[in-house]
Amino acid sequence: MAIVRSRRQSRAAGWARYSALVLGALLFLIPFYLLVRSALMREQDLGSPDFNWLPPVWETSNLTGLFDNPAIPMARSLLNSGLIAVTQTVGVLVVSGLAGYGLARIPYRWSNTVFYSITATLLIPAAVTFVPSFVLVSTLGWISTLRGLIIPGLFQALATFLFRQFFLGFPREIEEAAFIDGLGYWGTFWKIVVPNSLGFVAAIGTITFIGSWNAFLWPLVIGRDQESWTVQIALSTFLTAQSVQVSQLFMAALVAILPLLLMFLFLQRWIVEGVERTGIAGD
Amino acid sequence: MLGLVVFVYLPILWSVYLSFFDSYNTVTPTTFVGVGNYLDMLRDPAFRSSLLTFLAFAVFIVPTTFVLSLSAALLVARTRVMQSFFRSVFFLPTACSYVVAALIWKMSIFSGIRSGLANAVLGWFGIESIPWLSLADPPWYWLVIVTARLWLQVGFYMILFLAGIQRISPTLYEAAAIDGAEGWKVFRHITLPQLRATSTAVLLLLLINAFQAFDEFYNILSTFGTYPPYARPPLVYLYYTALGSGQDFGHGSAGAVILTLIIAVVAVVQGRILRLGDRGD
Repeated sequence: MAIVRSRRQSRAAGWARYSALVLGALLFLIPFYLLVRSALMREQDLGSPDFNWLPPVWETSNLTGLFDNPAIPMARSLLNSGLIAVTQTVGVLVVSGLAGYGLARIPYRWSNTVFYSITATLLIPAAVTFVPSFVLVSTLGWISTLRGLIIPGLFQALATFLFRQFFLGFPREIEEAAFIDGLGYWGTFWKIVVPNSLGFVAAIGTITFIGSWNAFLWPLVIGRDQESWTVQIALSTFLTAQSVQVSQLFMAALVAILPLLLMFLFLQRWIVEGVERTGIAGD
Repeated sequence: MLGLVVFVYLPILWSVYLSFFDSYNTVTPTTFVGVGNYLDMLRDPAFRSSLLTFLAFAVFIVPTTFVLSLSAALLVARTRVMQSFFRSVFFLPTACSYVVAALIWKMSIFSGIRSGLANAVLGWFGIESIPWLSLADPPWYWLVIVTARLWLQVGFYMILFLAGIQRISPTLYEAAAIDGAEGWKVFRHITLPQLRATSTAVLLLLLINAFQAFDEFYNILSTFGTYPPYARPPLVYLYYTALGSGQDFGHGSAGAVILTLIIAVVAVVQGRILRLGDRGD
């Protein structure tokens, strides 16, 4: 009797669970749907008083209009975002990877001091330092330059810390074999350690890329001229300051998240791993 | 390492230095004012109200995100069919930027006109349209801001909880089943205590991220280039103080130092409290 009841109960619980999941999934997908729908609507239909699930008229010219419109620096801002995200990702991987390896493996007098001074900065959230960083970058004359947008983001204490922890767990025997073969630290790092750590590198790399592409505060502070806008700043400017066709704005947003959605489809495994590693280290 | 010194330590030290001087429109200090800037900041009602705004925001966002992402993780973890599909759907908004979310929330869901989704749904129940963003009172804009951040963040924390749940040894659940425990009891006495480390990390991250909130406030609330005088969390306040028309880097730096200290204290205190809790068990 008890078993029957609990089986019926667990079936009911299963249904409740699936209903909750389906409902939640729908709620989470609606914003994406609205983005696509609005990007394919005519301006006058968007302004109509009634809510439409489907565009009354499918309008694809928003896409061409977006790139033809000289008032919106769409192509330029996409190029900026791409350049910044790619160089920052590669840069963070090289800088933090090398630094992390050095901290994990090369013994020298100050290595502990260096390590603690890096981890101490983890307590200071990057966003709060935007005023002092702005002061530094403007002293260097890097306002509105790609240099100013990219270089300060290359030195990530968190990535360095994670690489060090990861390399500490790397099997030493393999490295020692390489040393006997006459490879120094430099050669061992590039020829032995990196090829065997590609999963970890991919995890940190995807997370860095997403963060860089979606970054807002720093590009807003530094990208004063239109030529140095990233795609997020371009979107934000037309959302908050200058009026523009709303349907085109939605199309621009769709174009702006497309690279990340594609990345998400193909690299989700690494993104999940990156989130797990960076999130847990926040402890 | 040199890079870290130049781009992390140097700005911080420079701003600590600047924070003791008057410096308008310039990054080189002009007059030494001692701790004047700090006193000004602490006396400034706008600065204090920005801290209150953060508190209000944290009170909304921290528990809701925590509960929703933990529930999502529990639901997804116990699902066999289409598990990876549901996980991906909840995680997908993580790839979306705050600017794009702000656009969808401001212009489509909570647009304030009848064709906005929120008002359309209210309309189905015969309720009048609500101007979500144009009124300071009642503060409907909080709903807009909190739901936008929820949508963006729940998936991220769900992944952290999922990882934590997967680390719990199945033998604990088997033992509980033998003891006749089920449902809520299992969650209360096994899942939740086993997730303590993850929960601590999530709470700390949620608090620090709420403290740094800027993107959605800026993009949702500012229209035609002006930001309303209310609902300014610390970073928004700092942004307009240091980089607004006044370019007041002295006060801006003092504010940055104060905020940094607050975060460091919160992080250390929270770490202490939760670790003490650990020992008590």
